[in-house]
Amino acid sequence: MDLSLSTRTVGDRTVVEVGGEIDVYTAPKLREQLVELVNDGNFHLVVDMEGVDFLDSTGLGVLVGGLKRVRAHEGSLRLVCNQERILKIFRITGLTKVFPIHTSVDEAVAATD
Amino acid sequence: MATVELRFSALPEHVRTARLVAAAVARRAGVDEAVLDEVRLAVGEACTRAVSLHQSGGITAPVRVALIEEEKAFSIEVGDEAPRVAPGDRVPGSGVDDTDVEEDEMGLAVISGLVDDVEVSAGEHGGLIRMTWPTTPAEATLT
Repeated sequence: MDLSLSTRTVGDRTVVEVGGEIDVYTAPKLREQLVELVNDGNFHLVVDMEGVDFLDSTGLGVLVGGLKRVRAHEGSLRLVCNQERILKIFRITGLTKVFPIHTSVDEAVAATD
Repeated sequence: MATVELRFSALPEHVRTARLVAAAVARRAGVDEAVLDEVRLAVGEACTRAVSLHQSGGITAPVRVALIEEEKAFSIEVGDEAPRVAPGDRVPGSGVDDTDVEEDEMGLAVISGLVDDVEVSAGEHGGLIRMTWPTTPAEATLT
């Protein structure tokens, strides 16, 4: 399965819905999408990972890169994920301390700190 | 001899194929269903690292994956042909991109976090990551 990406605006947040597999082959597409959003002035991003079947360290690298970009503009990057096998990768790498991880898009959009 | 051997051109699009084959052979070998996600991720990380080493080193040789069924274990070996210098010899700015180094280390961090039994070796002819998981004999799963 390939990577699917769609974006929508909710208030001042931009929600990026990601589906499929984020790996060394598909991660560049996600990177391009995040870079484009930031370049267009969207600094508060919510990445919805509920449709993601697979995530590896390349994907983590892209998310960390996205976080660095939005932070440069005093923005935010929040994740939505309830899948244990995806959450496990964030825990192993210590990135649960870096990303705010929410259980729903509504919760992520409403979050302020 | 390996149960299944795979050689693929060092291109990102083939890493997924390696993951799928490894998971299928691991399942057949009796690796617990709950662990198959870890096998898939670990072999993907090892192959991603090998592809990146081949690409950055301009190496045209394929990446090798050996899937080995043993009596009570299942092993995966991922081999690359990128020659290494000792870590201490790596000079910053000597052509090795720092971002590549970071991603390489993140991949290894994921592997060592996921797999209890892992050996990483590297020499002048390339590197090898060997990962081993226990298997459950078929008859034991019936009880």
